[in-house]
Amino acid sequence: MNASSDPRPALLEVRGLSKSFGTLRALQEVDFTLRAGEIHALLGENGAGKSTLIKAVTGVFPRDAGMVRLGGAEVAPRSAKAAVDAGIATVYQEVNLLLNLSVAQNLYLGRQPTRFGLVREAEMRRCAAALLAEFDLHIDVAEPLGNYSVAVQHITAIARAVDQSARVLILDEPTASLDRHEVEILFAVMRKLAQRGIGVIFVTHFLDQVYEICDRITVLRNGRLIGERTTAELPRIELIRMMLGRELAETTSERTAAHARPVGEICARFEDYGKGGYVAPFNLALRRGEVVGLAGLLGSGRTETARLVFGAERADSGSATVEGKPVRLQSPRDAVAHGFGYCPEERKTEGIIADLTVRENIVLALQAKRGLAKPLSRSEQEGIAMRFIRLLDIRPPEPERPIGLLSGGNQQKVLLARWLATAPRLLVLDEPTRGIDVGAHAEIIRLIRDLCDDGLALLVISSELDEIVTYSDRVIVLRDRAHVDELEGDAIDVSNILAAIAVAGSAGAKAGQP
Amino acid sequence: MMSRLLQSRGLAQIIALLVILAVDRAVSPQFFDLRMQDGRLFGSLIDVLNRGAPVALLALGMVLVIATRGIDLSVGAVMAISGAIAASLADTHGLPLALAAALGAGLLCGLWNGFLVAVLGIQPIVATLILMVAGRGVAQLITEGRIVTFTAPDLVWLGNGAVLGVPAPVVVVLGMLIVTGAVVRGSALGLLIEATGGNARASELAGIGTRGMILAVYVWCGLCAALAGVIAAADIMGADANNAGLWLELDAILAVVIGGTSLFGGRFSLVLAMVGALIIQAMNTGILLSGYPPEFNLVVKAAVVLVVLLLQSPRFANVGVVLGRARQ
Repeated sequence: MNASSDPRPALLEVRGLSKSFGTLRALQEVDFTLRAGEIHALLGENGAGKSTLIKAVTGVFPRDAGMVRLGGAEVAPRSAKAAVDAGIATVYQEVNLLLNLSVAQNLYLGRQPTRFGLVREAEMRRCAAALLAEFDLHIDVAEPLGNYSVAVQHITAIARAVDQSARVLILDEPTASLDRHEVEILFAVMRKLAQRGIGVIFVTHFLDQVYEICDRITVLRNGRLIGERTTAELPRIELIRMMLGRELAETTSERTAAHARPVGEICARFEDYGKGGYVAPFNLALRRGEVVGLAGLLGSGRTETARLVFGAERADSGSATVEGKPVRLQSPRDAVAHGFGYCPEERKTEGIIADLTVRENIVLALQAKRGLAKPLSRSEQEGIAMRFIRLLDIRPPEPERPIGLLSGGNQQKVLLARWLATAPRLLVLDEPTRGIDVGAHAEIIRLIRDLCDDGLALLVISSELDEIVTYSDRVIVLRDRAHVDELEGDAIDVSNILAAIAVAGSAGAKAGQP
Repeated sequence: MMSRLLQSRGLAQIIALLVILAVDRAVSPQFFDLRMQDGRLFGSLIDVLNRGAPVALLALGMVLVIATRGIDLSVGAVMAISGAIAASLADTHGLPLALAAALGAGLLCGLWNGFLVAVLGIQPIVATLILMVAGRGVAQLITEGRIVTFTAPDLVWLGNGAVLGVPAPVVVVLGMLIVTGAVVRGSALGLLIEATGGNARASELAGIGTRGMILAVYVWCGLCAALAGVIAAADIMGADANNAGLWLELDAILAVVIGGTSLFGGRFSLVLAMVGALIIQAMNTGILLSGYPPEFNLVVKAAVVLVVLLLQSPRFANVGVVLGRARQ
């Protein structure tokens, strides 16, 4: 598999593909080329456009502009099934098979061998066994698929796709729930398919696996193509820079403003805090008036750390203290009682309550903290809502509008207001600027700085490294669900963070899978 | 224009009620006539209120359960249990004990449902199906398969008496409506219920104890159902475990949905759920008065449900918008 001087013909060509959802431009004129017999990694952080690209190519979404050629002929599937018929098959992380049916039935569902209208069970089982044997998988195909491991389920899905004459196979995060041994089995299958001349697109966020198996890498960021490289010629740090970085020159001047602040005493401390299989035990001290940034790739344990701190997941090791007193954080309710707040990454599903008004969304956490018996009167609620609408410049300034009708940036401000209304001592922000337009983006960052000047402790997660560099007093770098490095003061810049992620990366192969 | 009207909360339900009452008046010219007899008002309109009382009580509990994105299918069976208990004890142990035992049973039933849903995390429709089936069996065990009759006058009064001319069941419903309203809207419970029903995960992350709240609404629903069962038993001076409250859980759900509370949880209205219960009873009474066979009732009810649900569906509203544009 010598990918560098490539004489192989292009199998799948995507040219100028664009797709918008409302005002959000999910893909902008993206080009992508897959050659026959190669394994091609499609990389990018959350929201980069990987899934949108796959779904636009396979016809799950209609595309706004651009074209797709398969083996030189233009294809425009209208549905996932049409894409399979055309020769483009996709296997998603959540296997789309029926776990209660047998392996053989899953392989031949909808195309069972029949005689006189009856399914030929024995024939079907024989074919199924032969098909799986090609992938060195020797199992009882009459057993329900659910009795087998996720790896076997994935291989079954792949075998079904390949048997339906797939020429392009898209694997969307297939290894996320596999252990090391299962990953090896899957990789053997992928190599075998590539040898047959099938083009494999591999979506993952495990960079070790990319370097292990992929010939070529395409990186997307914010819906744009950042570049296509040959794996052998792309150093890991350069890859991470492509995935996370922006133009470094922009940010250097802003940095000085952030760390000139005086930092207060410790208000919350976590020692050996962790949860098995979730995030490795870590030490974390949060001081008043300090912004601590959590940096790392997707799946590195950033959000997991935040959820442990906020009690959304229960730690099984270590201890937590607030203002010097030991506390137990069993639920978000406990955390709120101790003056914590959390704006989750998934704003729509975990943050806003779309049907309720802006006013109700703002007072919710404060009301929960006060308890049922002490309702805020309508006029108190209106007072609080109007104060924060003015303070954070929430638009439109109508407290009685359902929050679902606001733009992403304004929804985020309402969530900030929800927590600020509780006068918290610690606020955890997970990707506070995700999916927000540029103007609101700058405003949120300004707000983060102001909050900190008021003596709040902040723990902020972001994939935008220059953003982290702009406001953090301290940056903790994560990889493979563990805290691996800490940068402070002048050491905080994008290249140091990238280096910390990459150094940890090459040393972290031992950690294997979560 | 039409969609604007429907958007103003409660207008659609009140118009529907007025239309049905007008139809009732058309089929039965004496519909609005009232007369006083033995210190109690009589007339078709009073009949609607009186007959509608059990469903109204059920709807009062059901609306809170549905607002949390749950459902309680067991309320009809709980009615049978509490009716059986009240009827069995009324003659021998007096009203206070009979009432306490009946309501206590309802509370326990609610606690059971709430435990299954909130603590064990079983889907509400399945969790409450258990008691829907088992509860009627329990009621039959209590009555030993017979229809238990009683004569205790104070319990009979609950079904047939009157306060200032207003039938006792109607007074009970009004009382419960005021109590529920005071508890739910007087405290922060209403807001927290609506938040939980709208987005349970987000509510939990906002620090709301969603579990305790879900438990509480099922308990309240059980209590309301028990009260409905007592009234239904008092009305016929006996408890029939086979038929008391039969299918009424569906009427209660219907009343809540007609009242504009979505089965997907979130926003709810106690008063509009009451209006929903009245709409259902006004239809029932109207069909009886019209002389059509009662079988028609089911068909008409189905048609009304369909219309109400269509009016509420966003897709239908879109159709309306498109049609409106086409006309311009």
